[in-house]
Amino acid sequence: MSHEAAHEHHYHDPANVTNPEHAEHHIVTPLQYCYVYGTLLFFTILTILAADWDMGIFNPVVALAIACTKAVIVILFFMHVKYQSNLIKMTVGCGFFTFIILITMTLLDYISRAWGLW
Amino acid sequence: MDNVIAQSEPLMPRETSVHEAGYDVEHEHAFVPQHRHHFETEEQQREAGSFGMWLFLLTEIMFFGGLFFAYLLYRNWYYDAFVPASNFLSIKWGGTNTAILITSGFFMALAVWAAEVRNKQILVWTLVATMLFGWAFIGIKGIEWHDEWVHHHIPGSGYDVSEFVNPKAHGITDAKPLPPDMAQRTQIFFFLYFGMTGMHAVHMLIGLGLLFWLLWRAQRGDFTDGYVAPIENFALYWHFVDIVWLFLFPLLYLINRHPLAH
Amino acid sequence: MSATATTILNLPDQSTASIPKKNYITAEHGLLSWLLTGDHKRIAMLYLISITFFFFIGGAFAGLIRLELLTPQPDLVASDTYNKFFTMHGIIMIFLFLVPSVPATIGNFLIPIMVGAKDLAFPKINLLSWYLYLVGGTLTLAALVLGGVDTGWTFTTPLSTHYLNTHVITAASAIFIAGFSSIFTGLNFIVTIHRMRCPGMTWFRLPLFVWSNYAASILMVLGTPVLAIALVLVLLERVAGIGVFDPTKGGDPLLFQHLFWFYSHPAVYIMILPGMGVISEVVSTFSRKRVFGYTAVAFSSVAIALFGFFVWAHHMFIMGISNYSALVFSLLTMLVAVPSAIKIFNWAFTLQKGSITFETPMLYAFGFMGLFTIGGLTGVFLGSLGMDIQLTETYFIVAHFHFVMVGGMLMAFLAGVHFWWPKMTGRMYPESLSKLAAVVTFIGFNLTFMPQFVLGYLGMPRRYHAYPPEFQVLNVLSTAGATVLGVGYMLPILYLAWSLKYGAIAGNNPWQATGLEWQIQSPPLTENFTQIPIMDHEAYDYEWLEHQTRHEVTTVG
Repeated sequence: MSHEAAHEHHYHDPANVTNPEHAEHHIVTPLQYCYVYGTLLFFTILTILAADWDMGIFNPVVALAIACTKAVIVILFFMHVKYQSNLIKMTVGCGFFTFIILITMTLLDYISRAWGLW
Repeated sequence: MDNVIAQSEPLMPRETSVHEAGYDVEHEHAFVPQHRHHFETEEQQREAGSFGMWLFLLTEIMFFGGLFFAYLLYRNWYYDAFVPASNFLSIKWGGTNTAILITSGFFMALAVWAAEVRNKQILVWTLVATMLFGWAFIGIKGIEWHDEWVHHHIPGSGYDVSEFVNPKAHGITDAKPLPPDMAQRTQIFFFLYFGMTGMHAVHMLIGLGLLFWLLWRAQRGDFTDGYVAPIENFALYWHFVDIVWLFLFPLLYLINRHPLAH
Repeated sequence: MSATATTILNLPDQSTASIPKKNYITAEHGLLSWLLTGDHKRIAMLYLISITFFFFIGGAFAGLIRLELLTPQPDLVASDTYNKFFTMHGIIMIFLFLVPSVPATIGNFLIPIMVGAKDLAFPKINLLSWYLYLVGGTLTLAALVLGGVDTGWTFTTPLSTHYLNTHVITAASAIFIAGFSSIFTGLNFIVTIHRMRCPGMTWFRLPLFVWSNYAASILMVLGTPVLAIALVLVLLERVAGIGVFDPTKGGDPLLFQHLFWFYSHPAVYIMILPGMGVISEVVSTFSRKRVFGYTAVAFSSVAIALFGFFVWAHHMFIMGISNYSALVFSLLTMLVAVPSAIKIFNWAFTLQKGSITFETPMLYAFGFMGLFTIGGLTGVFLGSLGMDIQLTETYFIVAHFHFVMVGGMLMAFLAGVHFWWPKMTGRMYPESLSKLAAVVTFIGFNLTFMPQFVLGYLGMPRRYHAYPPEFQVLNVLSTAGATVLGVGYMLPILYLAWSLKYGAIAGNNPWQATGLEWQIQSPPLTENFTQIPIMDHEAYDYEWLEHQTRHEVTTVG
């Protein structure tokens, strides 16, 4: 694209709207959605089966790991984050980061209040 | 691209310093009816919309975050009470509901695709399917809540701990009887259970309300001429509500099936 | 600029100047055009009127509190009424004045202009935010009229959930709703700053006011929902009797404290950061210098926002949190002092060798720097564990946060209102009267709150309506100061209202400032710019401005 043309069509600064805050509009195909859907159902059955199996302290760990996997799949594909700009990816990360601060910093207080009783 | 800026004229056009400045450029870039005048391009508008939606979802993460932390804390404090209380819930219903919600989300994802490829018929039908599965979820949740009501597990004055103090008398063979004070703590589980599933259901109902409105606009043909933002942003919300459930299901229903012996 | 210049004020020739006929105020007429507007400038003015209204209600309660404390005996009101006074004072001042003060008014007005956009990204959500604020404000007033609420602004459980029969439900719903107003403002700012910048407006060309509002917006978006869930649980506990915070049912009241302060500590930065942004603009303009260490000041805003999420438990040192976590939170609290100090030092270096003039906004800014520094340093006292346990429930902490919030934030707010008043209304306020108001405010403020440091150090507890007679002298000083302060706040209301009709025509750029907002007409057009600006210079580039002016004189003149 020549400079003339660029100037005509981009009233905004390309550098502001392109990298890293911009991504091309990507259309995910229905077939891809079907794969995702199948995977999610598979993990649902897996988590129910895993709950039946006595793994000691690993039962909650496995259940939550599966839940996290499912959540990541939904975020990446159903919510299109995989095809989004870095800005959106960072925004999502930022949300979970703050959530983790809330959980860990508060939990640290409770754990250290009753050392060894947890 | 940098030289575009360098070549361009200095900051302000001269006219702006004159008070009676021209005011004719207002709607110069309005390409389509839904395009808002203060955005330069439709693309800018679309990306602003989805970024705004994501920021809203961040507030939702933090909102549910408080509840999740409360659950984490009290499960550790009152583990013995949380085990039988949690095991009272039905994996059958919970699992079915998880599948239903995933299906609803799947149809919503298809709806976004349908809007993107501008197929009105598929869009309308996928939205209808999203809605039906959404209502099915609420219906099953209602059945479960009714179950808990029948067993006097709604926290408050009508709460009955006898099932946890003396499980055998209620035909529950695989649970340890709880001492009365710990049995009272099962109420905390049910506070959180109703609080979390209730808050989730409120979000579902808000979403279902919005779906009616989107459906009405979709069959009018609003979203199949290249304007997919409302469908896209609603889908983000709907999937987020799904994700909350994806965590509620294991936390409330599954992880206490094999209690640790202290 | 010559060495003898005492002002940079540069007004157009009053005999020929006029307010531009087309501007955002005259664009549409009638009450509905204001109530249904999508224009960020009009919404900013709606906000300005509403928060001023609530400021005076909150201020009236402050007056009543000081009046009661004039004498050691409880002779004005009973103890529970006194509790209602300070609760209403706190709720109104924090949630209905300080949190929206700079962002929702000055920020709303300026951020789109400063980034070179026609409006905020979501004008309707901006308007919704104002309506939510009004609903929250109205509910607060309803709680007040129905008989008040006496939980303290912190809604401490189980006091708020079990032991009081006042209007906790109304007040908590009010704050829940007002919280969403703040979330929507923050969300709008973040999207606007990311998405709506004009050509050439890179991140490091943004005015520091935009940076600090951006940082505050992040806190609004991520912090406020945690307050929302804490309040929802309090409401459920009162209405439905659930027991998440009720120790008799196995709940933990400290959980409420954790959730509440997870928001309410960052909320302190929501209140102060936008004020710091105002100070950056004012200090730069009235010393004719680029802000020293622009990048450091910009990043210190973000650092304050980030650290703000790691320090909340310093509000809970005496509540029975674990010694270990108290230690960690105390240490992290000290970290916040670093970016705050970076700002103060950088403003000081901006002043160094600058051509300083002493217009009203600058007087307020000087007030801010001094008082905020004192407030911040006493914050370090309170952040250290041993001192905190002695001082936290005394007047020392009352003085500390009033130094930060009133001495800091309110000064910054007034600096901002005076600085941008010509831009908002097209007219100047009377300069000498406003200087007087700034000085009166400063004197009144110090007289009110300096004695409270001493009172707290001597051990006078907060939140009591009676005290031992030996504290009376200092309390009388404080009450006298509050009266002076009251005058200091009444004056701007009167002369700003006067200036709307009789003030001198300000012209586009009375302060010869460099910001984009000063290059357009005052008051601005509805869409701010006649054509999209192209940013071709750094922020605070006074040489560019001089060059522009020379250019204009040679071509136009």
